[in-house]
Amino acid sequence: MNITATLFGQVIVFTLLILFIKRFLWEPILNTMEDRKARIAEGLAASEKGAEDARLAEERAVEILRDAKNQAAEIVAQGKAREAQIVEEAKDKAIEEANRIKAATEAELEQEVIRAKDSLRTQVSELAVAGASKILGKEIDAKTHKSVLDELVAKI
Amino acid sequence: MSESNAPAISNPVEYIQHHLTNASLGGHPKALVDFDVFFIDTFLVTVILAGLVAFVAWRIGKNLDPDKPTGMQNVLETVVEFVNQQVKDIFPNADRLIGPLAITIFVIVFLMNLMDIIPVDLLPGLVTGVASAFGADPHHVFAKFVPTTNLDTTFALALIVFALIIFYNIKSKGFVGYMKMFLFHPFGKFLIPVNIIMTAIEEIAKPISLGLRLFGNMFAGELLFLLIALLGFAWAMPGQVVLGVLWSIFHLLVIPLQAFIFMLLTVVYLSLASQGVDEH
Repeated sequence: MNITATLFGQVIVFTLLILFIKRFLWEPILNTMEDRKARIAEGLAASEKGAEDARLAEERAVEILRDAKNQAAEIVAQGKAREAQIVEEAKDKAIEEANRIKAATEAELEQEVIRAKDSLRTQVSELAVAGASKILGKEIDAKTHKSVLDELVAKI
Repeated sequence: MSESNAPAISNPVEYIQHHLTNASLGGHPKALVDFDVFFIDTFLVTVILAGLVAFVAWRIGKNLDPDKPTGMQNVLETVVEFVNQQVKDIFPNADRLIGPLAITIFVIVFLMNLMDIIPVDLLPGLVTGVASAFGADPHHVFAKFVPTTNLDTTFALALIVFALIIFYNIKSKGFVGYMKMFLFHPFGKFLIPVNIIMTAIEEIAKPISLGLRLFGNMFAGELLFLLIALLGFAWAMPGQVVLGVLWSIFHLLVIPLQAFIFMLLTVVYLSLASQGVDEH
């Protein structure tokens, strides 16, 4: 129970130990632990962000899918409409064509009739001229009696 | 055992006195303060323990694994975190010396106290045996292995703390501010002589209470172990065993507690010293 020179020895030992611990243990360990804390916090934040991203992505995927379905339905509907339209158009065209062909045929027929009538008229007038000349015994000049003949022809 | 116990039974006073005497260079101390004497055993144990702490600290601090701490690194990280938390709580804007100081005090005081758990006769008996083998008189071979049962050790720590208290006082208040604290501190400017005495006592009481508290606790523990060791004769054996176990368990509480108190008070004192000038 005395104070002796050991005191100074102890002071030196403890001082050195404090400095040693500070340099070789305290600061490295604190730095390591702080690093670790920062990295853990970072990782947690990243995972949270990842989960949030995944959630958003899922939402968007659902949205896209819904849009795609809507679009598909729309396209199908459009397709059907277009089909009906095409069929309608084709029908119209066919009818039109048929009408056109019918009209052409009718016109041709009419012309044929007219031509037949003309030829008949001509023949009738010739016959009439021939008959008249035989009856009168002399030739009727077709040129001089042209107006009479034309009148006749128009009457037939 | 019987050899070292034999004198204990026949002469308890001598047994205890023998155990409480240090191995010293320069003879035994003749006064309360005698700087001619050097206690080699206390110093060596301290150096060995400090070396052990330093070695482990160096080994672990050199290759810290940031991802998967294992073994000793875990232990040290726990201690560092614990001490760091204490320092943060008590001394919020501590500078970078307080933490290492606190942890060093905690660990080294703990280890020095822990020497108390080694049976009181084991190491001294060993030293005496070895010395006797070399022809020394066993009655003049002394060895005291618990450094904290020695005032030098506890006051060495207290002195370091005291020096730091003065340093932080001057650092935070300036030299003039520190002097003003002595002049005007408890009672204002009209009682300057009283103030000087009061503040001086207050300041000096800090290291003295630190040193004496640790010393007293450990010395008393050691003394009780010695008294229990005196029971090492035939019919008192069971008593020795029971008391020894009980006191060991109790002392296992005292050992970390005293280390913790020393550390905590160190931080508290330094925190107080770092406060700015008081309003008075």
